[in-house]
Amino acid sequence: MKLFISFILTILLSFMLCLFFPWWSIAIAAFVVAILIPQKPWRSFATAFLALFMLWGGLSFWISKNNNHVLAHKVSQLILKKDNPIELIFATAIIGAIIAGFAALTGSYLRKSKT
Amino acid sequence: MRIILFITSAIITTGLIIVLHTNLVLPAALGKLLSPQHGIWQNAESDYENFSANLKIPQLSGKVDVYFDERLVPHIFAEQENDAYFVQGYLHAKFRLWQMELQSFAAAGRASEIIGEKGLEHDREFRRLGIVYAAEIALKEVEKDPIIKAECDAYTAGINAYIETLTESTLPLEYKLIEYKPEKWNNLKTSLFLKYMSYDLAAHDDDFEMTNAKNYFNTDDFIKLFPAIQDSLDPIIPKGTTFDAQKIFPLAPINTDSIYFNNKELAFTESSKPDRNNGSNNWAVSGTKTKSGAPILCNDPHLGLNLPSLWYEVQLSTPTFNAYGVSFPGSPGVIIGYNDSCAFGFTNGGRDVRDYYEIKFKDDTRKEYLFNGKWMATNFRVDTIKIKNKNNYIDSVAYVKLGKDWCPVMYDKTFSGGRNKNNKYYAVRWKAHDASNELKIFNELNHAKNYTDYSATVTNLQTPGQNCLFAAKNGDIAIRTQGSWPAKWKGQGDFVMPGFDSSFLWQGMIPQDEVPYQFNPQRGFVSSANQKPVDDNTYPYYFGRNYPLYRGLTINKRLNIMTGITPEDMMTLQTDNFDAGASMAKPFIVANMKENELNSTEKKYFNILKYWNCNDEVGAKGPSVFEEFWIAFESVVFDDEYAKAPKVIMRPFFNTLVEGILKDSTYKFLDNITTPQVETLSEAVTEAFKKAVPALIKLDAEGKLDWEKNKATGISHLAKLAPFSKLNLPIGGGTRAINATKKTHGPSWRMVISLTAKTEAYGIYPGGQSGNPGSKYYDNFIDQWAAGKYYSLWMMTREQVDDKRVLSKMRFNKE
Repeated sequence: MKLFISFILTILLSFMLCLFFPWWSIAIAAFVVAILIPQKPWRSFATAFLALFMLWGGLSFWISKNNNHVLAHKVSQLILKKDNPIELIFATAIIGAIIAGFAALTGSYLRKSKT
Repeated sequence: MRIILFITSAIITTGLIIVLHTNLVLPAALGKLLSPQHGIWQNAESDYENFSANLKIPQLSGKVDVYFDERLVPHIFAEQENDAYFVQGYLHAKFRLWQMELQSFAAAGRASEIIGEKGLEHDREFRRLGIVYAAEIALKEVEKDPIIKAECDAYTAGINAYIETLTESTLPLEYKLIEYKPEKWNNLKTSLFLKYMSYDLAAHDDDFEMTNAKNYFNTDDFIKLFPAIQDSLDPIIPKGTTFDAQKIFPLAPINTDSIYFNNKELAFTESSKPDRNNGSNNWAVSGTKTKSGAPILCNDPHLGLNLPSLWYEVQLSTPTFNAYGVSFPGSPGVIIGYNDSCAFGFTNGGRDVRDYYEIKFKDDTRKEYLFNGKWMATNFRVDTIKIKNKNNYIDSVAYVKLGKDWCPVMYDKTFSGGRNKNNKYYAVRWKAHDASNELKIFNELNHAKNYTDYSATVTNLQTPGQNCLFAAKNGDIAIRTQGSWPAKWKGQGDFVMPGFDSSFLWQGMIPQDEVPYQFNPQRGFVSSANQKPVDDNTYPYYFGRNYPLYRGLTINKRLNIMTGITPEDMMTLQTDNFDAGASMAKPFIVANMKENELNSTEKKYFNILKYWNCNDEVGAKGPSVFEEFWIAFESVVFDDEYAKAPKVIMRPFFNTLVEGILKDSTYKFLDNITTPQVETLSEAVTEAFKKAVPALIKLDAEGKLDWEKNKATGISHLAKLAPFSKLNLPIGGGTRAINATKKTHGPSWRMVISLTAKTEAYGIYPGGQSGNPGSKYYDNFIDQWAAGKYYSLWMMTREQVDDKRVLSKMRFNKE
């Protein structure tokens, strides 16, 4: 249950913060959620990782699908040096996931070290 | 323990953010770039994107409604004329901001700010040519004209109103990728953009190459290699036309022969140049030749083909005028198009309005220069060029006053244009430096009702000089070869001139009422394709040597015999691939080839040429064979004469060799001067063909013998990013065909306007209305363009707001 709540909360908070702040505010979201909802460090990491993987992967997939992947075809050639929209979406998801995961881990350790 | 883990993971998190937020480690800031709410994904425009909006703009004087049709062409309906320019600026920025700004930066010599040190040569060249200087002068002129100033102010305000709405996520894609931000627009940027067009269209010169050729060859050979007369010419104003008596009599200096024509010192040259083939076709046929009885006007300006396109289609509808056509993102108004009464179009005049003068400074400080025997004081313009990630570069350019004109000393000891080191100083006199107000012409053409309005306004055109085409609903057709042209003595400005003697300066401009023109001519059509405007024997002023002539020949030949013309016939003509130059050369090649000396492979390729119909079509192999042969043929004919020539030197034009042989089959240069015997035409063509075959075998092996694959026309993104470009298009045409589509250059806007009671209009450009590579409107016209198809242009009326073609509505309200 904790896992599910912090998963949802990380997604919501990340999305909200990114409306007003730079992209790395996802780290703050994951960090804060990990402090508010204590879990074992590796569970905090996994929750946030999964949350941002879903959020960034889902958002970019949804945007790209509505775009018929026109942009992803082009930009994947620039960034990944190959024409592969799905890999670009995957790369997006992984970047968000890793940042959030480590931020949550940090939050989790902070919580633990205080107690 | 926990604390150590906490600190470690905090460091990892921060480190990852830094890596992904900057390009310290990775080549790009991937986190910033890929964030779905900030980065590139935000530029992935939905297939169902609707551009409808209600905007509150306090600066406006009235209401403006914009209706976007299914091709994303905005139909702008404004209650006040200047509000239309405001909204045009807003939309140019909304759809083309990156391109507009890039062009204004390039014109201003500010490329280094974006691309770093590799832009420095370009920046120095542009500043030294005086483009910024020219733009500042033009802006002062514009500001004296209250109507045009208000137009520019409104346009600039519209651009800035859009720029102010930009956030990190709505920035155009290229800003995100290159990582910089747009700055505010101003009227100087509009002026710079127009000077950039002057550079593109009226800055070509061969003065240094010609000077070297003049020095290298004896007079007799020089005249044969670079004749002032073109035998096959069919000028814009037909031969036999008589002109008014000359009002300006330019006098050649008495010492021309010794210090100019026989100047023995070799000059160097600059490295990059505007494309020589920037040209275009335009013609109008009168009602006597059309099926409907109404005139038809056609125009296809040939320019560098890029994405986003140079053009943006628009309809501007105000209480004072209603015009449709293409506009330049960067400038207000419709540039080529039509209104409710008439249509207008342009081709480049192409005369030489950029000349060089050698300057003698007293010493290296460049503080004093010699002019008419006196030492005169120099002015300096100090340019600070900002370079991305580097220190500023300070360039100080001397300006010398030649007669009444201040001219930049473009080439000096610090700047040789990338060629030979040289200790000479060359000042450039460029017509585009002079005060002028080109926007006034477009403003007045948008409003024009008849021939009188048109002819009154085009006489304001100075630089770039254009062949201004006109047709009206009342049946009138006209062409005026307009521009402010220096009245030159014969040969003036073909070579570098001495700058210390006032008798070599331009002595005046050809009066605007002596500019050649045609109004409702007997033959029922007017046309131009950048050929010489007039016959040398009847027009009193000197025009220079080098003009493309084959497109004009084909156009006039076809129009002469056509009757009952429909708009579809005109589209067929605009996309005609016949190569008139090759058709003149092919008979003497075929007739003189020693076929018995060709082996079976050579014979195979020769037969392709022999049975080629001289059309540069998709799938044809003949054009490739002809091109390869011709390269080899020119080398066989001229290389012996050029063996000891300086590297930078003029080569004869295509038509010079063709006409030389047609006139005399024992053409002097056919002989190889390094052999004792005298070579014949037959030997030369056979040798050249054998020489060309290895290249043909190679092309064949690569599958590139088909003309369109060999030519490989492509529309390249302005930053040369291949995934944002459309390359290797299946399209025919070539330099000497009406469809002058080359590798990166060609018909940038094809337009056919039939001025029937309800105007029937067609047009297409190789691009799309959106400059966003993530939009389906980015390049959606290209396939149709390559296939030679046209869109029907819709001059929308207020009553048609519910038409199914209207996909979005944007409203601009004062409050």
